[in-house]
Amino acid sequence: MAKKTLNIVESAYRAVMEEQDDTILWLLAAMQGAGAEHTVVLRGNAVNYAVAGQGAPGLTVGEWKQSQAPRMDKDVIDLIETRKIPVYVIEEDLAARGIGKNDLIPGAKLLGSKMLPKLMADYQIVSHW
Amino acid sequence: MSKKTLTFALMDPPYESENLTTAFRILDAAARRGHTINVFAYEGASALAFTKQVPHANPVHGKNLAEENHPTTKDQVAALLVLAEKSGGKVDWVNCGMCVDERGVAEFIAGTRRGSPADLHTFSEASDNVLVIPTK
Amino acid sequence: MTGYLLIESRDPFESNDVAYYYELARGLQASGNQVTLLLVQNAVLVTRPSAQAPGLAALASAGVKILADDFALKERGITKLRDGVQVAPIDVVVDHLEAGHKTLWH
Repeated sequence: MAKKTLNIVESAYRAVMEEQDDTILWLLAAMQGAGAEHTVVLRGNAVNYAVAGQGAPGLTVGEWKQSQAPRMDKDVIDLIETRKIPVYVIEEDLAARGIGKNDLIPGAKLLGSKMLPKLMADYQIVSHW
Repeated sequence: MSKKTLTFALMDPPYESENLTTAFRILDAAARRGHTINVFAYEGASALAFTKQVPHANPVHGKNLAEENHPTTKDQVAALLVLAEKSGGKVDWVNCGMCVDERGVAEFIAGTRRGSPADLHTFSEASDNVLVIPTK
Repeated sequence: MTGYLLIESRDPFESNDVAYYYELARGLQASGNQVTLLLVQNAVLVTRPSAQAPGLAALASAGVKILADDFALKERGITKLRDGVQVAPIDVVVDHLEAGHKTLWH
């Protein structure tokens, strides 16, 4: 059985248009495919990844047009439903950003920030991204 | 202290963040103790071992090439490999394959290799401890 | 009791998120863990006795061991530290990794 790893992700919208992914969530999905056992906590600005209905049209520069613009909400749904990676979202960070529970994609679990130490105790490895 | 296997994930590209200065200091300390060190160089960090880095002079400080002795991260990586071996340990430095491809830095110094996220998983499973040094 | 090393590289003058990390350290300590906070890079800018960093003083009172990287202090000309902060060499990171402590970087 793989080591249980908790990944606290706060980096948000960094190079997602260029990479067409959030590179941390992508990495964790790829590792899960290799047999890892990951869980994700979205905190800080990264809580916005769980907002349903987001996504900019692709970048255009002159005649160059991006055809595969990322959709972070769909990627988070993919983590939960396809990769079986549980995703928690810090409640206080949602509230601070005016994001209501009804704005979120299905399947994301809410977590109060004060519960984070308790959650960390359940994992062999805790990484902060 | 018995020898350990430690895994580090790096993300910052050369010359953009003090994270790498601190990272190399930690890696140096671990190598001196003879540990087995795994490094997963992800995203910008995949350029740390790029062979075509070239140092430059410093006209603002009036230093020529030799006087400036400008650091290149590829030399720091090479020195780390040497130190680890001299200390009875080793370094397995993996450059994320897609990362080197998209950056055009797929020529890296001897002793480092191309890899994938599966390597970070394998490293983590085999390690006594893991430290991720993220980028901002 | 689990050991934690929380490495903070950012300062509260530039980043709001530092308050979260200090609070995480306090929460882990209050949960019965042994927590060390290592300040590196610009995070050491809070260590002067006269620096405005109320969050840091609260951490020390809560029992969190607070260390400041000697290299970062020298780089920034910080020679005197506030109460509750000790100078440490970077080797301390390897000490904690060797000891199996969960080690996080912010």
